[in-house]
Amino acid sequence: MSSTVGLIGTKLGMTHVFDETGNSVPVTVIQAGPCPIVQIKKPDTDGYSALQVGFSPVPKHRVNKPQQGHFKKAGVHTTRRLVEFRLQSIEGFEVGSELTVGQFEAGQSVNVQGRQIGKGFMGATKRHHFGRGPMSHGSKSHRIPGSIGAGTTPGRVYKGVKMSGRKPNKVTTVKHIEIVKVDAERNLLLVKGSIPGSTGAQVKIVPVKLGGQP
Amino acid sequence: MSQQLLKEITQGQIKTDVPDMSSGDTVAVHAKIVEGGKERVQVFEGIVIKLQGGGISQTVTVRKIFQGVGVERTFLIHSPRVAKFVLKRKGAVRRARIYYFRSRSGKSARIREDRR
Repeated sequence: MSSTVGLIGTKLGMTHVFDETGNSVPVTVIQAGPCPIVQIKKPDTDGYSALQVGFSPVPKHRVNKPQQGHFKKAGVHTTRRLVEFRLQSIEGFEVGSELTVGQFEAGQSVNVQGRQIGKGFMGATKRHHFGRGPMSHGSKSHRIPGSIGAGTTPGRVYKGVKMSGRKPNKVTTVKHIEIVKVDAERNLLLVKGSIPGSTGAQVKIVPVKLGGQP
Repeated sequence: MSQQLLKEITQGQIKTDVPDMSSGDTVAVHAKIVEGGKERVQVFEGIVIKLQGGGISQTVTVRKIFQGVGVERTFLIHSPRVAKFVLKRKGAVRRARIYYFRSRSGKSARIREDRR
């Protein structure tokens, strides 16, 4: 749950740009918005306040009839996805208006949320970057994790010891990353560093709120 | 589509006045360095060992012998920290990356001029 209004975007890939001092800055390019507001949820009717926004326009026949009616009521184009932003106050927002990259500015700090790339069940070598053993000369310890703790004392394996396991495609948030550039013309955001997911993945960009609870 | 957009983003920062360099060429790189709070241009002249990457991330590795020690520096071609590249001499080599050149010295470390 985020209590500030953000934006939904598509990760386009990574490159780098030069800043004013000539430093090379690695950036991830996100095509963000414009996201039409489809519904405003209010405490008296829905039990909570939120903005429901659409993302990724699709032809009308791509969504089912009840959904078509939902978009028609708001007077906006049909979209592939509907996402909510939970808010403290919904004042100043109007159904049918659009959220754009204009709300962000260069230098601002944001959180970016997306699904990380799932890799399935991985061994310790790949999952935690353990070194591997010798591959030949009679060695049998090719990709084994090695020791997982001491003997009689403590007599158990400590919790959190790095072992093999699954790397799921779960939702991950990268916190406090800087916006390097905002391209309002092409609806692009350039954020510093990497973000979860592969190219083409859907991500949620939310401004970092400063100073504790709102 | 997305790759095209990435190219367009960096288009504005790509230099258009870079000479056509290749391995074996002698180039003078005018690099801006900050020294004691002041900025000045330092010229690094040597032989191009390799060109790597493309677009905005393209780099050039230049090698020279300084006080009897081989020195190699890699420059981002499109970096604003590099004022300019001056092509001094075209060299005729048969490889794209002349790593073998590192083990050469004296007479064997000569490169024939490319007169094409």
